[in-house]
Amino acid sequence: MSSAVAEQPSVAVEPEVRLSGKVLRGKILGGKAFSLRLDVRAAVLTGVLLLVTLGIGTLSLTSGDFRIPVADVLRSLTGQGDTGTDFIVLTLRLPRVLTALLVGAALGVSGAVFQNLTRNPLGSPDFIGLTIGASSGALIVILLLNGSAEQIAIGALIGCAVTSIAIYLLAYKGGAQGFRLILIGIGVGAMLDAFNSFLITRARLDEAIGAQRWLVGSLNGRGWEDVRPVAIALLVLLPIALLNGRRLTMLSLGDEAATALGVPVERTRFTLFAVSVALAGVATAAAGPIGFVALAAPQLARRLTGTTGSGLLGAAVMGGFLLTASDWVAQRALPDSSLPVGVATGAVGGAYLCWLLVHEWRRKA
Amino acid sequence: MALAIDVRESPPGGPVRSANAFRVLGLVAALALLGLVILLSVAVGARSIPLGTSWQLLWHNDGSSQAAIIHDLRIPRTLIGLLVGAALGLSGGLMQALTLNPLAEPGLLGVNLGASTGVVIALAFVGVTSFNGYIWFAFAGAGITSVAVFILGSTGRSANPERQVLAGVAITAVLGSFVYGVLVTDPEAFNRYRFWDVGSLSDLKTSSGWQVLPFILVGSVLAVSLAPALNALAMGEETGRALGAHILRTRALGMLAVTLLCGAATAVTGPIWFVGLAVPHIARMITGPDQRWVLLYSMVLAPALLLAADVLGRVVVAPSELEVGIVTAFLGAPVFILLARRRRMADL
Amino acid sequence: MTSRLRAENLTLSYDQRVVTQGLDVSIPDGSFTVIVGPNACGKSTLLKGLARLLKPKAGTVFLDGEPISGYSAKQVAHRLGMLPQTPIAPNGITVGDLVARGRYAHQSLLRQWSREDEAIVGEALRLTETLELSGRFVAELSGGQRQRVWLAMVLAQQTPIMLLDEPTTFLDIAHQIEVLDLCADLHDQGRTLVAVLHDLNLACRYADHLIAMRAGAIVAEGHPSEVVTAELVQQVFGMDCRVIADPETGTPLVVPAGRDARRQARAGQLVASVPELGR
Repeated sequence: MSSAVAEQPSVAVEPEVRLSGKVLRGKILGGKAFSLRLDVRAAVLTGVLLLVTLGIGTLSLTSGDFRIPVADVLRSLTGQGDTGTDFIVLTLRLPRVLTALLVGAALGVSGAVFQNLTRNPLGSPDFIGLTIGASSGALIVILLLNGSAEQIAIGALIGCAVTSIAIYLLAYKGGAQGFRLILIGIGVGAMLDAFNSFLITRARLDEAIGAQRWLVGSLNGRGWEDVRPVAIALLVLLPIALLNGRRLTMLSLGDEAATALGVPVERTRFTLFAVSVALAGVATAAAGPIGFVALAAPQLARRLTGTTGSGLLGAAVMGGFLLTASDWVAQRALPDSSLPVGVATGAVGGAYLCWLLVHEWRRKA
Repeated sequence: MALAIDVRESPPGGPVRSANAFRVLGLVAALALLGLVILLSVAVGARSIPLGTSWQLLWHNDGSSQAAIIHDLRIPRTLIGLLVGAALGLSGGLMQALTLNPLAEPGLLGVNLGASTGVVIALAFVGVTSFNGYIWFAFAGAGITSVAVFILGSTGRSANPERQVLAGVAITAVLGSFVYGVLVTDPEAFNRYRFWDVGSLSDLKTSSGWQVLPFILVGSVLAVSLAPALNALAMGEETGRALGAHILRTRALGMLAVTLLCGAATAVTGPIWFVGLAVPHIARMITGPDQRWVLLYSMVLAPALLLAADVLGRVVVAPSELEVGIVTAFLGAPVFILLARRRRMADL
Repeated sequence: MTSRLRAENLTLSYDQRVVTQGLDVSIPDGSFTVIVGPNACGKSTLLKGLARLLKPKAGTVFLDGEPISGYSAKQVAHRLGMLPQTPIAPNGITVGDLVARGRYAHQSLLRQWSREDEAIVGEALRLTETLELSGRFVAELSGGQRQRVWLAMVLAQQTPIMLLDEPTTFLDIAHQIEVLDLCADLHDQGRTLVAVLHDLNLACRYADHLIAMRAGAIVAEGHPSEVVTAELVQQVFGMDCRVIADPETGTPLVVPAGRDARRQARAGQLVASVPELGR
């Protein structure tokens, strides 16, 4: 590992001070060829959160039009149930739970990347026009082209892609710095929002209601065909995000310091922006624009694990937890029907903002 | 040997005086522009009436169908556009001065949506249907939102522009989600709201104009009276205090003025965006940073902008029309993007 | 005199404003170079250009004989370390974490953190005397302490060349000396240091190679004792002064002319410019 031009002072092989565990969190694992520092506490907490999420998901599988006891659900999951239960659990309910988990994870990672790129806890793909762009694409398909569910999803993806390209290009001025991405995203979002309103006001009432339902975000009727794209996207994009995770952490020091320390700043930013957009786009295509998961998940995960890095994995698990829990609550909130999950996440968002408000107020007072 | 150096002073009433003359001239020009736009607003529409005829019919109602259009439809619309435009423009200038944020404006910062949500709550939950009733909910919504945005958007003790805008968007998103979540279960309410949410000057009665007039008047007077304090504040909190400005009182009164102006405006037309954003900038380009002039110009230019957008909306998709809220969004967003591009790196 | 870091015909601009034009500069290896000059003369801009933080409009910066733009970000980071003027400390970061980030260039996907990294970070903390602060939040530290922590981070990067952009601004005199003494120690250990300082006298004390700039051009270069004269100060800063030997170190000490002396000088100039008054 030594650089050929080393003229550094020699370093004692035995460190005088053990920093890991006391100053730098975590243990050092590995030896010569492979080594990393593992934050044990963060890993354990994230693992626990994952288990809780899976537990809530399993509970979701038990409720619905027919109550199915937990034992039977578990039997179906392990392939030992009878065909009736299997159908309900595996064909009707499991895709929905999986969609919630995967979409939540995608949104969590997308939000975490964005908040790190923009160094702002309020940064979120919801606010900077990405999900609004996806909505525009979907609305065009719903209201103007009368498309099918797949076509709506594709419309959302295209809308998100086109919007993000426009935002990146407009924000590029020697580099697409975070604050400019935010502001221009907001501007573009406002324009597209007006366009969406225009479409909604020109449509027939029943069409408009249908469109609005999609706009609120819902997991109703999600099947395996919805799970597959999100799963594939996560499988491809999450590793890319994780690979760039350390670079993302370094970006928080500012462009200049990061460059000086050896990070290819603009390239990293572009890659991560693309990943964040793709994840948000796929998530929106699968479930509609579900708000506030991308906003709250990264910060809540950070609070839980105490990490100062980019916190991507934690955000993914927290996102999955938030959406799965929100869906569970939304399904049981009203006695005879179920609320769209977007309403529940909206409440989460409201609560989160209130908490942030109080926190900021206390910090200044 | 004493050197008597005669430092010549600038000619009596020199540069400052001529700058003021320029500003007065500009104001006259702005008023003329406003007059022209008012005339257009009265004349143009699905059935356009020639300018000369419109001018005559304005003063002499001869009972013809054209006169009916002008007096029953377009004059109320124009009057309310004047009031609402002035209110929004003034709030924009006020917000920009209060928070030292060149990107602030009541739509972006969620204040208009806060007022709007207040109205929805009044209509849907509390069952208040009279205008005089729900306007107070609009004030409550606007007031709470402006305070929330200010807190969320500051880092330390001063407001941080990018963060504030983001906070506004966040609050807008929460409120929007709440409103639509509620409305999804009530198709009729949804049907009414989806048109109101866009911000429009059509189908308005003159009576609504009269009802908001007192609030907008009080708000305007309050805003203009704060101008000298705002001038002191413009150089930062500490300098402002040293110059004798009462920071807390100025901010509180300023937010009160914003609440009155935005709450009243939104209660009549629904939320309209971006009117308060560009106008103060244009005013500053002409008058310089003196808030007394900036606010005055905003009161004149903003209604001109709003009415012009309304006229545009009637022309672009004639014979139907595009709501003014949509036009201002399409015109205002590019301006916002331009302003955003000009900004230098700032910590978020 | 060899120079690993040098620039040829460098033209740098900032926001459409050209700051330096056609500048040639060589940083002598193993020197403690200090760049001085009045406000907005381009010293920080030059440093950023040398550190490849600014893309030159024209001209090239050479590192080890090759254009610096040809290296990857990590390759440059192995040889060149830079402390920016206003570094940003992320929220809630501790001293240990911040200094640890300096190791980035020596880490990779498989080797993300090793015992050697830990040892080097520990050494950096020890050299900057920030070991006792290692568990504290950076935001809570005083100005002097924070500056030492940032220096520790650049130190952990283990580069033979270190660029420091105004490392002593906003520090009181004691902390300024403290930081510069530390820089001198690092220089003694064999590193090449390039610092932008605004205090001319401190620059004379510590530098063994001074670069004086004005309006984007280099006015003089060399050892302070040879270069710093009253004429140079007048030329670069437009100020009347006397240059004496620092009683402590023997290096040039710039003593600005007193008020009366300056008044008389101005009057003298005025008289000289209006011949009628002389009679």
